[in-house]
Amino acid sequence: MENVNRNEEGYLTDFSQWTKDVGNKIAKEQEINMTDKHWEVVDFLQQKHKNEEALSIRGIKKSGVINIKELYDLFPGGPLKVSTKIAGIPKPKSCI
Amino acid sequence: MPKTNVKKMLFILSKATIENVYAAFIMANGARMEGIEAEIFFTFFGLEAINKEKLEHLHVATVGNPAMHMPTMLGGLPGMEALATKMMKKEMEKLDMPPIGEFLEILSDSGVKLWACKLAVDMFHLKKEDLIDDIDGILTIGDFYNRATEENTHMLFV
Repeated sequence: MENVNRNEEGYLTDFSQWTKDVGNKIAKEQEINMTDKHWEVVDFLQQKHKNEEALSIRGIKKSGVINIKELYDLFPGGPLKVSTKIAGIPKPKSCI
Repeated sequence: MPKTNVKKMLFILSKATIENVYAAFIMANGARMEGIEAEIFFTFFGLEAINKEKLEHLHVATVGNPAMHMPTMLGGLPGMEALATKMMKKEMEKLDMPPIGEFLEILSDSGVKLWACKLAVDMFHLKKEDLIDDIDGILTIGDFYNRATEENTHMLFV
């Protein structure tokens, strides 16, 4: 991922550099094997980002894409933190 | 940013004022979001936050709370607590903070263990049916200490 700019926490600083391949590589760093469901979540997060909607765990509950339990199962170790990194979007700033 | 060393947070919630309940809930949820385990032990008035009949009717404290910046006499007037609570809930809704019942569902779904204190349940003559279905059980404080099974566990009294 030589041509991708990331901050000190590993988040992409420019979403336009994101490709599925980049997402896969970041997922590998997090020891996550991406499945269709993972990509569905990534797609949802990217849509929210494009619409400039803030992410929160409450928003996940209302999303209709995935429930909170599944999100924790798919992205262990901090679900929104990890999933946004794979999606190439900034880490959510919300406390909830 | 370096990774936290905290592995598990154990919260004891002893009060039922909105500001205290939300503080505990936000910290517990925040822990899970960082990959930290979290559990809450509801004791004394904190039990109201998991009491089916009471949990949506918690209030902010207007008396004995200098940060409300109103004279104590005024804070004690009828309706004052309800008014302050309504205003606070409105502000919280703007920040997309869920109401207590929904917040408890989120916590439970996020893997936060919710425990009721046995002594307080007995003292208030409550039954398991009075409490929300999502609680994980009724424990003594000794049982709760025994939930601290790993290093870098922290306990916080709210």
